[in-house]
Amino acid sequence: MPGYSDPGFDTLALHAGAAPDPATGARAVPIHLTTSFVFESSDHAAALFNLERAGHVYSRISNPTNAVLEQRVSALEGGIGAVSTASGQAALHLSVATLMGAGAHIVASTALYGGSQNLLHYTLRRFGIETTFVKPGDIDGWKAAVRPNTKLFFGETVGNPGLDVLDIETVSSIAHEAGVPLLVDSTLTTPWLIKPLDHGADLVYHSATKFLSGHGTVIGGIVVDGGSFDWDKSGKFPELTEPYEGFHNMVFSEESTVGAFLLRARREGLRDFGACLSPHSAWLILQGIETLSLRMERHMSNTKKVVEFLSQQAFVSRVGHPLLGTHPSHALAHKLLPRGAGSVFSFDLKGSREQGKKFVESLKVFSHLANVGDCRSLVIHPASTTHFRMSDEALAAGGITQGTIRLSIGLEDPDDLLDDLKRALKVAEKAA
Amino acid sequence: MKFTVNGHSTYCYTGGKAFDAAKPTLIFIHGVLNDHSVWILQTRYLAHHGWNVLAVDLPGHCRSAGAPPATVEEAADFILALMDAAGLDEAVLVGHSFGSLIGLEAAARASDRVSQLVLVGTAFPMKVSPALLASSLTEPMKALEMVNVFSRSTLAPPPSALGPGTWVFGASMALGRRVLASNTQVNLFHTGFKACDSYTHGEEAMEKVTCPVLFLLGSADQMTPPKAAQGLIQKARHAQVVQLPGGHHQMSETPEAMLAALIAFLA
Repeated sequence: MPGYSDPGFDTLALHAGAAPDPATGARAVPIHLTTSFVFESSDHAAALFNLERAGHVYSRISNPTNAVLEQRVSALEGGIGAVSTASGQAALHLSVATLMGAGAHIVASTALYGGSQNLLHYTLRRFGIETTFVKPGDIDGWKAAVRPNTKLFFGETVGNPGLDVLDIETVSSIAHEAGVPLLVDSTLTTPWLIKPLDHGADLVYHSATKFLSGHGTVIGGIVVDGGSFDWDKSGKFPELTEPYEGFHNMVFSEESTVGAFLLRARREGLRDFGACLSPHSAWLILQGIETLSLRMERHMSNTKKVVEFLSQQAFVSRVGHPLLGTHPSHALAHKLLPRGAGSVFSFDLKGSREQGKKFVESLKVFSHLANVGDCRSLVIHPASTTHFRMSDEALAAGGITQGTIRLSIGLEDPDDLLDDLKRALKVAEKAA
Repeated sequence: MKFTVNGHSTYCYTGGKAFDAAKPTLIFIHGVLNDHSVWILQTRYLAHHGWNVLAVDLPGHCRSAGAPPATVEEAADFILALMDAAGLDEAVLVGHSFGSLIGLEAAARASDRVSQLVLVGTAFPMKVSPALLASSLTEPMKALEMVNVFSRSTLAPPPSALGPGTWVFGASMALGRRVLASNTQVNLFHTGFKACDSYTHGEEAMEKVTCPVLFLLGSADQMTPPKAAQGLIQKARHAQVVQLPGGHHQMSETPEAMLAALIAFLA
């Protein structure tokens, strides 16, 4: 039933969460750069603090501009609500810190962004939270890793940078059998390529820095709750199902049958850890989301051309994109990601590490930097940058070698990208 | 808190305050595929402002045991039994949609025990189209989506049940799925719709109601449009009508306006 009451993806990307500003008539979302909001009365103030009424108090906890972003991403993902955060890493940390404390255990995919791997493997361990890493396709491994104190399964829709596709349906089933939720990082795919909640994930988060904002201008994150996980039935989450002295003895799962996670994430996590998103950053991300469909379509078509080009080059030993039948996730990507498996992928040169460096330095349209999901095309050498803290063993587990080069395909004219790559490959080949 | 009603454990949310028999009591009755949590932005405030609040999960729904009521009349008897179990001689009844019919029927059956009645998103008759009634049984997920599409009036709801950042449509869908899954014996969707559809004597019931009645109607409500409540309004002895600027998700789409109307009515 197309129309305002039942809008499609592109309409939601423009309108979800936002109406013309009632005070000014402004059509674009206003940026509410204010720390705090005036109370109508002492009673109103007390009611807001006690969650008797809904509204804004202080921008660390909530802000009208951020709320538009939160509603919009929730709408696009098919969730019940969201909490925006200072970065994607803050969204991951907020998710973990909301669900567990010292003594807990996580089962996570080996194919993770280096920062996430670092958080789980080193930093959270210091706070008493252990993680067992499992190859995303090792279904028996996910089952075997479960412990009595396991609180969370975690993976990326497509693992960075090998693009191992997570079998969300199967892994979420294992998680649910173990009484724990599945958290998915969908940064590289965005809801235009896949909606993890529709496939069985319970929570999904983004580094909105990447494709959601899409212009390489802002750092931000967001975590969306699908409202599907039954915390009471699980019995493993007293943080959500028993009175919490830190917030009016509230039992979050009684307050909201489906939204206990979000209540605690905002009321404790943003309040105490404070990794909130600036309203100006929220606005920039919203600007990006307005054109998400158009950009993602072009990202995918450009990626297809680059993948086809690289796979035909003699100097290239491997192209790691599920578009190719040789990729281990080819079939799964075809099933879960029919519009494409993303525009961030890696390939290996046949030459030495020095030749790899020469290749990167010879590119002119591609920018050498540590980001992905920009409208501009980007290139980086993971082993010496994004994943440099990882051991060779951990790198190998994530499908990365010393010679791997990662590309993030942007929105330029595809012929210009191919020319840039062709020229740099020639320079690198001659540098032998 | 839990009461034993008709031999079954019955859950009532009390708004974060302990039940106090000395205070006046409001009983909130949810609609089809809802539970107590749809009332959070009304109940929690009132519980902290001088009222006992009992937002019930109807039998067979979520935290309450027992067979789900098959008719409005059966559900009304349950509400009166809940009042007995809680030791209440008198209460204010607040019902939404299916719950409004339950409140109406309970107030008709025991007019001396209901001091005020609030009917939110109400209509009489509350007919359900044969196609929707059938799909609630055979394709409940499709029917759930249809109901929520008809229920929402805006793509930009205000801060709601989970605070700012709540996507009301998604939250309502998720709650519907959860409530449906909470009973593996009976299809709560179909049972609730059938009860609404087959309730035939709403206007006679209203004639028996002696207390003041507040009608809270969504001006853009496509499920129970304001005009569908006119028959009941005309039969009510002491009717107040407030139109809320929203659809059928009155509690979550227009929580502030609804709370203000409730406070004014209860004063």
